[in-house]
Amino acid sequence: MVKAVRLAASRLGRVRKFFKGTYLFAMLVFMYAPIIVLIFFSFTESRTMSSWKGFSLGSYQQLFRDAAIMDALWVTVSIAVLSAVISTIVGTFASIGLYSLKKRPRAVIENITQLPMVNPDLVTGISFMLLFSFMGFRDGYFRMLLAHITFNLPYVIFSVMPKLRQSSDMLYEAALDLGCTPWEALKRVVIPDILPGIVSGFILAFTLSIDDFVISWFAADGVQNLSIYIYAQARMGINTKINALSALLFITVAALLLIVNLKSIREERAAEIQNRKVARKSA
Amino acid sequence: MKRTLFSYPYILWMALFILAPMLFIVYHAFFENGRWTMEYIKAAFEDAVYFKVLLRSIMLAFEGTLLCLLLGYPTAYMLSTMKKSTAALLSVFFILPMWMNFLLRTYAWQVLLGSSGIISRILSFFGFSDVLLLHTEGAVLLGTVYNFLPFMILPIYTVLIKLDKSHIEAANDLGADGITTFFKVVFPLSMPGVISGITMVFIPAITTFAISRLLGGGKYRLYGDLIEQKIVSDGDLGLGSVLSLILLVLVLISIVIMQKAEKTAGSEGGTLW
Amino acid sequence: MSKHLIELINVSKDYEGDAALQNVDLYIRDGEFLTLLGPSGCGKTTMLRIIAGFVLPTSGKVLMDGEDLSGVPPYKRRVNTVFQKYALFPHLNVFDNIAFGLKIKQVPKSEIERRVNSMLEMVNLKGYDKRWVDQLSGGQQQRVAIARALVNEPEVLLLDEPLGALDLQLRKEMQVELKRMQQSLGITFVYVTHDQEEALTMSDTIAVMRGGVIQQIGTPQDIYNEPKNAFVADFIGESNILPGIMKDDFKVEFNGREYECVDKGFGKNEPVEVVVRPEDVDIVDPYNAHFEGEVKSILFMGVHYEIRVESGGFVWTIHSTDPVMPGGKVGIQILPDAIHIMKKPPEDVSGESE
Repeated sequence: MVKAVRLAASRLGRVRKFFKGTYLFAMLVFMYAPIIVLIFFSFTESRTMSSWKGFSLGSYQQLFRDAAIMDALWVTVSIAVLSAVISTIVGTFASIGLYSLKKRPRAVIENITQLPMVNPDLVTGISFMLLFSFMGFRDGYFRMLLAHITFNLPYVIFSVMPKLRQSSDMLYEAALDLGCTPWEALKRVVIPDILPGIVSGFILAFTLSIDDFVISWFAADGVQNLSIYIYAQARMGINTKINALSALLFITVAALLLIVNLKSIREERAAEIQNRKVARKSA
Repeated sequence: MKRTLFSYPYILWMALFILAPMLFIVYHAFFENGRWTMEYIKAAFEDAVYFKVLLRSIMLAFEGTLLCLLLGYPTAYMLSTMKKSTAALLSVFFILPMWMNFLLRTYAWQVLLGSSGIISRILSFFGFSDVLLLHTEGAVLLGTVYNFLPFMILPIYTVLIKLDKSHIEAANDLGADGITTFFKVVFPLSMPGVISGITMVFIPAITTFAISRLLGGGKYRLYGDLIEQKIVSDGDLGLGSVLSLILLVLVLISIVIMQKAEKTAGSEGGTLW
Repeated sequence: MSKHLIELINVSKDYEGDAALQNVDLYIRDGEFLTLLGPSGCGKTTMLRIIAGFVLPTSGKVLMDGEDLSGVPPYKRRVNTVFQKYALFPHLNVFDNIAFGLKIKQVPKSEIERRVNSMLEMVNLKGYDKRWVDQLSGGQQQRVAIARALVNEPEVLLLDEPLGALDLQLRKEMQVELKRMQQSLGITFVYVTHDQEEALTMSDTIAVMRGGVIQQIGTPQDIYNEPKNAFVADFIGESNILPGIMKDDFKVEFNGREYECVDKGFGKNEPVEVVVRPEDVDIVDPYNAHFEGEVKSILFMGVHYEIRVESGGFVWTIHSTDPVMPGGKVGIQILPDAIHIMKKPPEDVSGESE
């Protein structure tokens, strides 16, 4: 009797496991189907994805000779790096400054800071367009950069703020107590302590910038980043050179993410072993 | 040296690039050549087309959000019940697609759904030939779900893995079976994650404009498409600004509703980041 | 020993209208262990932070070696602080935490190493130099915090409830150790605590504070045996406090009876407060007793019994080494030198305003 129940339970468990596996697999297929299609067509000889015309590495070879794509890539990457660096610096100092502000003005500024996060990208983009054309900024690259810095800033600030809140005010005082000037205390204690927040703010800013289409579409006047280039091409059919480029980018990111993940797992394990050793020694 | 000084460059930036641009939208919505006008407001509310498109956008966002929840919750739940290291790795796989340009991924669906695409071929193999997939409302819905699904899975997943296992044990101890435990304990406790998931899907879904263009073939215009067309193609800044403001108000209303819901569901919200 | 190292002259501090310190005068002698003792909100931490330089007084001055510290920022003062929750730098290991102040002062590397290592030895943390601070127990973090402050050889070490987060056993050990360090290094310690026992065991001088005012300052013996008012008496150890009337010099009436006492100089029939320590109340034969009472409860406390006896509407707390029967009658005797007479405080101070 007991045996039968146990058997039924284990069978149920297996059914459940099978169902779970199937479901997750189906979801992953759904998520990756378009990506597989894109990568698949990067190896075709045809110029667009409309039909498969045999295997070729032609798109990869031609990719680097395509001036328009290389320009767009350069715009995307350089804007991402510049806007992430600038917004991280401005945003970190802004957070430190806001943190020591009185409650009322701080709340006001924090609420305004949330606006670009809440505001639909479309509306933000249009608002930039109106501002820039009023101010007479003609340089599309500069316009895009300003827009990207602006929409990155709230994300940096809201990554750094919680870290500042966690970090004890006493650390700053402790540094002063031990002889640091306020500037040194900031450099040697406060910033290293909130560094994880700064780094995640930077990464977030970089990704948002690289991924942005809507705001760039409205804000930049004629300058194309990759997103805009792709959107413009989509009407006529996207060139397989773009497939090749995005396959390269995607695989790079995938590899990086996996390495970081595996590394952190390994580091955790190493730290655990280290701790155990120390514990044994001191026991 | 006063630390508050550090915030001044940002405050200046904020005034110049966050507040001022918004004022420009308001200005263009209510002023024509420096004079007050209600014309654009009237146009936006009187023309039935705008209202119809707005309604369609809201409906689509609702359907998309619901589908994301129905597909995403089980995914998040299954991930949360797995071994920690496996779940961590798998959740990376669910984030990874976001690293490929979303326009490109959406465009790939165009290829998949097209008349010579793989799905049509499979369907015709089973005898369903000439089923129109692309340029339908269903295609736009699929694009929406596809693009925003990770934003539903992740917040729910983060709340579920942080869930105190002793709550589940307590429920079992008190005589609840697996299904009862799920509906009476696990699901209510995961509400903060569900709500932030809904917020993160519904709001971008209601404002999207490229997805419908790529997968709807221009037949299923959404509110975002309308605004983009007014501003970029027609150069009608006044009407475009009014429509933008309407969209903004709509988004703000939904955020307020979500925040209310979150407060009643519990304070510990799950977020994506 | 008699040199006044630090002097606070008429120091007040307001926080948006709330007075944290009111016209405080205090001097700290070179090499002494001074404790600021009081309940939370009494101003003791504010006083410490004023000495450290984190807080500027609203009015008044702080002198060090006779020099006004008003314009001197914390990083230029020759004092160091051990913070309440240690405030160890989480991004540095134990060695770098302790070396922090020396590195700022650009002390040569070899000397830093020597001094940090000798500090590690002094606080019994040899071999822990490469550990991260979050891998340490509370007691170990405490030692690092002390070492980090002391390695700079400050003239004054400020300690803000440094043992507050430790369990009882560890607290006791650290109390002894801190006292030992203070004596062997000859550094002035200013110690903030709300724990009266801690204050009594460690200090050379105790300043009892309440509501931003120093209530009494003196040696632990003075404060315990001769509390100046009912608040001090109650805060330092347990007390029986009763309203009374000073009939004449050496004569006081309370709880419906007249007693002999050792105090004089009050007005005739002046209302006063009478304080009697629980260990000074004697349980005696009913014939020798001043009065009889009923035993309400008895608790064994380890060294003594804590007995509550009711008489004439007042419940006495008595510490005695001999047990009595609960519910029975006992005789009570209070000798003249057990009775401490205090002036009645003005009405507003007697109300609990913390």
